Formats: sequence, C-alpha cells, structure tokens
Amino acid sequence: MDLRRRIAAATFALAALALSPYALAQKFITVASTTSTEQSGLFKHLLPVFEKKSGIQVRVVAVGTGQALDLARRGDADVVFVHARSAEEKFLSEGHGVKRLPVMYNDFVLIGPKSDPAKIAGSKDILDALKKIRDRGAPFVSRGDRSGTHIAELDLWKAAGIDIAKDKGPWYRDTGQGMGPALNTASSMGAYLLADRGTWLAFRNRGDLAILVEGDKRLFNQYGVMLVNPEKHASVKRAEGQAFVDWLVSPEGQKTIADYKINGEQLFYPNANQPGA
Amino acid sequence: MDGISAAFGEAARLVAAADPALVAIVALSLKVSVAAVAAAALIGLPLGAIVGITRFPGRHFVVVTLNALMGLPPVVVGLVVYLLLSRAGPLGPLGLLFTPAAMVAAQTVLVTPILAALSRQVLEDAWHEHGEQLRSLGAGTGDSVLTLLWDTRFALVTIVLAGFGRAAAEVGAVMIVGGNIDGVTRVMTTAIALETSKGDLPLALGLGIILVTLVLAINAAAQLIRTAALRRYG
Repeated sequence: MDLRRRIAAATFALAALALSPYALAQKFITVASTTSTEQSGLFKHLLPVFEKKSGIQVRVVAVGTGQALDLARRGDADVVFVHARSAEEKFLSEGHGVKRLPVMYNDFVLIGPKSDPAKIAGSKDILDALKKIRDRGAPFVSRGDRSGTHIAELDLWKAAGIDIAKDKGPWYRDTGQGMGPALNTASSMGAYLLADRGTWLAFRNRGDLAILVEGDKRLFNQYGVMLVNPEKHASVKRAEGQAFVDWLVSPEGQKTIADYKINGEQLFYPNANQPGA
Repeated sequence: MDGISAAFGEAARLVAAADPALVAIVALSLKVSVAAVAAAALIGLPLGAIVGITRFPGRHFVVVTLNALMGLPPVVVGLVVYLLLSRAGPLGPLGLLFTPAAMVAAQTVLVTPILAALSRQVLEDAWHEHGEQLRSLGAGTGDSVLTLLWDTRFALVTIVLAGFGRAAAEVGAVMIVGGNIDGVTRVMTTAIALETSKGDLPLALGLGIILVTLVLAINAAAQLIRTAALRRYG
C-alpha cells in the first residue's frame, strides 16, 4: 500500500528535523543557578566572555537556590552557583559538592509601596522595619519557595524575634513564586517584600514600589559556586565545570562581574579574595 | 489598555527587527511541537484506531482512561519525564535532560492521549459505517485500520491540529524538562514566562501575540489544504 511508504517518508523527515539541533555538538556544561543571576541579566553579560575564551558553552538552568541544589543532588548539573550559605554548606556536608568558593555579593533590599503604611521608609534597621510591618498587619509578599531570598527572609524574621510560621496572618502572602512574579504580585497589591537588589534593578513592572529599607549589614547577600562532586555523580564534567569555577574567581572573571551595570549602577561586587565570605 | 496597545507595538517591533534570538526561539518552538505531534500521531492514531474498531476485555476502561488523560496537567507530565530523564532516574544515562529531545518526549506524552481519544471516537463511528464492507472484502485488522485512517483523514487533521495547539501552548512541561536554557531549550512559552518574571509585560505579551499568530497561520494553512483537497478529490 502506497500510504505506508508515504507515512514512513513523513516520519523520517520529521525525525531528521527533530534531531537536527544535535548536529552541532559542542562542549558544554550545565549550571544550576538562581533566578536572581539570570533575571538581573548577569549571565547574559558574563557567559559570552567565558564561552569565547574557553570554547565551553554554559547552559544555565535558573531556579530557586533550593531547587538548584536539588537538581545537583540528582546529578543533573555540573556546577551550582547560588546564594544561601547554610543550604550550600548542608549540600557540601552531604558530599554532593567538592568545595564552595565565594564569588560575589550584593544586598537585599526591602521594597514597599510609596504610601508606606508601616512608616519604615529610610530606616536602616531591617529588624525594626519587619516588626512594624507585622504590628501594622501591612501586606507582605513572601517568596515561599526555599530560594536563597526566601531563606534570608525567614532568617530575618527569626532575628527580629518573630516566629513567622505561627505569627503570620492574612497580611502575610506566601506566593511560592520566583523573584519576578513575587515583585509583580507586590506591585499590584501594594505589598512589602524582600528582594535582591540585582533583580530589583532589572525589574520593569515597578508600579508604585520603591526601595524603603537598605544598607543594614544583615541584608548582605553572598553568592558561592561549587563543582558538583564527580566522585558521587559520574556524569559531572569535571574539567569543564572546574574551568568555569576557576574562571569565575579569576581576576578576569571577577572584573567581568564588577563591570556589569544597569543605568550606571553596579549590581554585583566580586569578593573571591575573601576566603571566609 | 495601555499595556495591551504597548504589547501590539512590541510585537510589531519584534517582527520587524527579525531578531536572530527571537527567530531561533520561534524555530525551536515549532520544531519541538511539530516533532512531538508527529510522534504522538504515530502512536495515538493507530492506538485510537485499534481501540475504536476492535473489541477486547477492558476496552471500556481503556476508553475512559484515554478520555481522562486528555486532561493531564503539563506540569505533572513534566515532573514525571524529569524524574525519568534525570541522571538519578532510569533513563539518566541517555543524557537527554535539558535538551530539545526531552521537551519533545514530554509534549508527546501530553498530546498522545488527545489524539488517541479523539481519533478513537471518529474511527469507531467510521467502523460502524464501513466495517461490514471492509470485512466482506476480506481486509484484515491492519489494512482496515489504514483504510479507515485514510477515509477519515480530514477529521483526523483537525484532531492533530488540536494536539498541536496543546503542545505549542503548554509551558509547564517544557519548563521543567527543558530548563528554559537561553539558546538551547528556550521556546516561546518559556520565554513569555521569563519576560513576565522580569516584569517586562509588554514584551511578554508581544511574544504571546506572535505565538498566537503562528498557531493561527498553521491552522489557516491546514484549512486551505483541506479545502483544496476536497475540491480535487470530492
């Protein structure tokens, strides 16, 4: 029957079409990283420089820090580049990572509506600001997704002496979303939220939101990088992954990070030379 | 309304600029969804035909299951395919996670039940009408299936288009198994989700307008082919 041959030919043509991307095989690594590094535009600035120098393509899967570490725990990434030191150290102690290196930092900022119902604008004390938001019952949007920013937010509530799991009322909105969607939610609700400065600077749909509290040293936000342990996960591309890690902390990588600016404002500050960071 | 008119402006600007990154995203979207629908058609249409024209124990259960699977949430399909393709999963050694092939696999799983369930109904009806005749001509099950598939081809094209619409529109599955990697697995829907995250709503909606226009163009092309074929073959 002629129809059979026709079907076979069509199948073959479609299979060839579907497989064509693999014709261009190239060395690559998979980096599990955070939405803040992707959505702030840092990777778009950083990766072409590294790829040109090394010939290694870097494929970034941008998810929350918690999910990024989980991807690596299953062996689905070669390198993790995230920002929650306690979670990173747990990952290391489980044997999934080789060594954690500090790369850069920026800071978190407390964003809120310009009308500022909790009257905290201009404060340099994040703990006091959080207490006022709670006392006032002003709307607050939480990431609620185990991301680095969410972990930092929970730590700050704790430091302010507030047990947020018990104390949260209808004013506390657990969105379970990435930084951008959480900002979109806060923007439409006129709510407060904690954001990393990089994503905030790159964010377009600000509406009535502004930075209200910044500059408290407790708002420090450190990023670290780790090669996933090849002893534990045989699929890890040790040489290529290590090359990326080494480049990030090299003088050239550090300078490239420092050079990334939006409207003249630097987003990330390299600090690989601070071993304790 | 401001945002929506800005989105149309953005869409027009994107198309006029023919930005190579955008062209690559559109091309990948089409490749992935066309490949997935082709694979789903190869599995789903014969499956629909077999369930439609044969009688076997538990057939009603299969019919109900196929109908129910049409409502599979993409994010669940994405998770299951992720767990299968993850390095720690049974198919991990293939190294397919975060590649277009993984996205094709996920969309195939999503679309196959739609094609199977809808074609089952169409072919069952056709079998009621022509089954007697085919049997009297001495056609076996295999030949009957192919003949009925050919006879109902116009209805089946509409079914395949429905499957394509589902594949091209979903974001949950490709986001998880593709990872939305720039230049590798970023497709229209994941790009739209990303731009929404960045708060660039006009750009996100502009991309959405392009996606809807593409799906519209494909459906219009299918309609034209159908009209032309009907005129030629009656």
